[in-house]
Amino acid sequence: MNDLTPTPEDRIANLKGMGSSRKRVEDVRFTQGRGNYVDDIKLDDMLFGDFVRSPYAHARVLSVNKDAALALPGVIAVLTAQDLEPLGLHWMPTLAGDKQMVLADGKVLFQGQEVAFVVAENRYIAADAIQLVEVEYEELPVVMDPFKAMDDDAPTLREDIAGKMEGAHGPRKHNNHIFTWEVGDRDATEAVIDSADVVVEEMIHYHRTHPCPLETCGCVASMDAVTGKLTLWGTFQAPHAVRTIASLISGIAEHNIRVISPDIGGGFGNKVGVYPGYICSIVASIVTGKPVKWVENRMDNLMATAFARDYWMQGKIAATKDGKITGLWCHTLADHGGFDACADPTKFPAGFMSICTGSYDIPVAYLCVDGVYTNKAPGGVAYRCSFRVTEAIYFIERMIEILAAKLGMDAAEIRRVNFIKKEQFPYNSALGWEYDSGDYHTAWDKALKSVGYDKLRVEQAQQLADFNAGKTRKLMGIGLTHFTEIVGAGPVKNCDILGLGMFDSCEIRIHPTGSAIARLGTISQGQGHATTFAQILASEIGIPADDITIEEGDTDTAPYGLGTYGSRSTPVAGAATAMAARKIRAKAQMIAAYLLEVHDDDVEFDIDRFVVKGAPERFKTMKELAFAAYNQAIPGLEPGLEAVSYYDPPNMTYPFGAYICVLDINVDTGEVDIRSFYALDDCGTRINPMIIEGQVHGGLTEALAIALGQELAYDDMGNVTTATLMDFFIPTAVETPVYTTDHTVTPSPHHPIGAKGVGESPNVGGVPCFSNAVHDAFRSFGLTQTHMPHDHWRIWKTANDLGLHR
Amino acid sequence: MAKSHIKMTVNGKEVEALAEARTLLIHFLREDLKITGPHIGCDTSHCGACTVEIDGKSVKSCTVFVAQANGANITTVEGLVNADGSLSVIQEMFREHHGLQCGFCTPGMITRVHRLLLENPTPTDEEIRFGIAGNLCRCTGYQNIVKAVRASAEILNTTQEAAE
Repeated sequence: MNDLTPTPEDRIANLKGMGSSRKRVEDVRFTQGRGNYVDDIKLDDMLFGDFVRSPYAHARVLSVNKDAALALPGVIAVLTAQDLEPLGLHWMPTLAGDKQMVLADGKVLFQGQEVAFVVAENRYIAADAIQLVEVEYEELPVVMDPFKAMDDDAPTLREDIAGKMEGAHGPRKHNNHIFTWEVGDRDATEAVIDSADVVVEEMIHYHRTHPCPLETCGCVASMDAVTGKLTLWGTFQAPHAVRTIASLISGIAEHNIRVISPDIGGGFGNKVGVYPGYICSIVASIVTGKPVKWVENRMDNLMATAFARDYWMQGKIAATKDGKITGLWCHTLADHGGFDACADPTKFPAGFMSICTGSYDIPVAYLCVDGVYTNKAPGGVAYRCSFRVTEAIYFIERMIEILAAKLGMDAAEIRRVNFIKKEQFPYNSALGWEYDSGDYHTAWDKALKSVGYDKLRVEQAQQLADFNAGKTRKLMGIGLTHFTEIVGAGPVKNCDILGLGMFDSCEIRIHPTGSAIARLGTISQGQGHATTFAQILASEIGIPADDITIEEGDTDTAPYGLGTYGSRSTPVAGAATAMAARKIRAKAQMIAAYLLEVHDDDVEFDIDRFVVKGAPERFKTMKELAFAAYNQAIPGLEPGLEAVSYYDPPNMTYPFGAYICVLDINVDTGEVDIRSFYALDDCGTRINPMIIEGQVHGGLTEALAIALGQELAYDDMGNVTTATLMDFFIPTAVETPVYTTDHTVTPSPHHPIGAKGVGESPNVGGVPCFSNAVHDAFRSFGLTQTHMPHDHWRIWKTANDLGLHR
Repeated sequence: MAKSHIKMTVNGKEVEALAEARTLLIHFLREDLKITGPHIGCDTSHCGACTVEIDGKSVKSCTVFVAQANGANITTVEGLVNADGSLSVIQEMFREHHGLQCGFCTPGMITRVHRLLLENPTPTDEEIRFGIAGNLCRCTGYQNIVKAVRASAEILNTTQEAAE
């Protein structure tokens, strides 16, 4: 007879499974400086690569003279497009079906573009040598304004595809046009708008910005000339996809490439793409026979790798006089820079912009997106969002505020009138998505009650009266946002990147003594995967999380997966983890039944063991079953206890949230003082509340940055004017407010554990919330729309334009 | 290029080396001494990922030549762990309160906090925020870092009182 102590509560606590705020296992290394980031890797005889970059935004490259650079002691090689051309590597495919120059092939299309790659014994010599490479340029007229890109007299930027009027996403209308993407019913939408009680029309700009993780991009390429095996360490959010792409474009067989993502110092979408530095490092390692490291400096990073956003969204919203939205129309002009390197699933050239009906039951809608080339760096990455969701939600959350102002309605009430109702889920949106689950009214009412919304409006009215009476120079703004995300890309039937279906994977091995290792196709960049995936396993298979090692990022050992971005780790790899765990459990059940001498159906799983139904004192713990799997000859069962799952999600998941920001604006200085920020998130089942809160704090701070100042700006000549952290705004602890977090739980009905993903919600919901608060402060003075970022200067100017300065 | 003779104490150990005069301290630490806790985030002394202690002051080592630190006593995050190899109070509190995510800013941040709490053992939240304003974090939004610093101060002060 077995002892029934400890109690079930103690056994659950011992597992540290789902729902527990388990401390992170990663932190023991990180807090004492024992992380292993790509620039920490040091191999024998390692060389260092660095780029000669274009000072011009658009120019012909007439000549490149390497002589002086090559004459410098310690310089090993200087690569140009001419050197890469015989290998077919002077251009590379982008994730968006376009191609991009690896090194300038006859011309440059943006400031900071890679022109030549210098390989030297160390980074100091490389830095000296790039100054010695003489490049002769002939400047060409630039296209910086996307609205002028398709003018009749606009210079042709991409001469390589001039006259080719069929692009990767259909017909092109102009040499600088990339694609037109249409979703929804245009005729029906326009008919509704033509006959509506009320229509508001506005241009909403979501400015160009940059993910700017604290660690820049980089890699170490090491070709072993003896074995013919290439090892590539790098800042890769999708190491398996990088391996496949590297194989396809280099011709090296895929089994001879090992890609390793070591610790990654933040990604935020910046590390999804394939950059020229990776290609050049691989070539340089093959040519020199030595390992080659390339690591961007911050200026390289901001100028050349992976901008985000830059959508000009012209919107029309139709409604009844009671505020019920009857139709939504949007035309977006997307500035993609010199090459279309957006990281979107293949069939979605504007990502999931078609989630722009947001949280609202809008009967009819139409969306059209035109992408154009300009003389800016390529990118268009999903910066802490799922493929253009932030743009979509910013658009609808601004439009509904403008509609409320036009109708004289309260901003909270107009949302309540239009929310998709709980009983409408699963809900099919006018633009083709099936929202899995939601309870927006409950979340909204909880949020409004928590902040004391009605009282805040009274206080705001009093402050406005005081302002008008000359008693204060500060205006109070209340920003509201209800967002719905679409994350967890995605079902293989409609989501792929370069033909690779966007499933993900988990492989589990249980060791004889009852501990385990699990490997996944994703890669953590700070999200704490080593902690949370072990918690899913602990709850699913009854082995304490502390006894489970999680490994990711080594393509030689981990199962294939599409990586971590678009909040897809929990929805996709998390599901794979649960499914693989259930295979383990199924086998453990058979072993338990054998050992307990009962039928398989007569035992059931109970926290950390299988018990005989109706006889809880007869059981086998998972630890005992693990040993038995390796120790017993069980008729009809193979030895061992392992499982793998490749999970193709049946649908996306749809996390949502209700955010409220209260701030004061000093109309004379343009300064913003955030009084409070309340964030309610519903990400379905919560795996680790501590980590969820941390993700929300961080995402809100990036949202604060974007809304209030973080801009990737260019002058008229195409010079990047925000290429260092002197000019590119990242909030310090001083500007960052204290956040209040809250939650509701509406599990996803199709996800094995009901989880939806949360990492990007605060960025998606935070930006419109801060922006709405700024707009709200000026609402009574007739302001409808002013573009982000709302920095001090722009706010001051808004106040000045409204005649608020004495 | 001519090299200078460098002699300094790093994390309690005497170090002697030859280095080019233009070598930045951060590169000397990371590449010559293989002390890779301090990181390079911006190259322009804005982000603080490279923060180390030089003679009792928090310094951004990406903007100091190794020659300028000749003869100095330098401490990095690796030098802050307890003698028995366990995490220091501050390191443990960062873990306890989820004061880090990707870990890239963490060595510089913890090194700064170590000095901040020596400069001001009982900081208010506002003083903590000003005290770490030279260290950028892209992941946490600072809220849990502030919490970790406050908790560290409380524990360190209690330990101090007990000792007195």
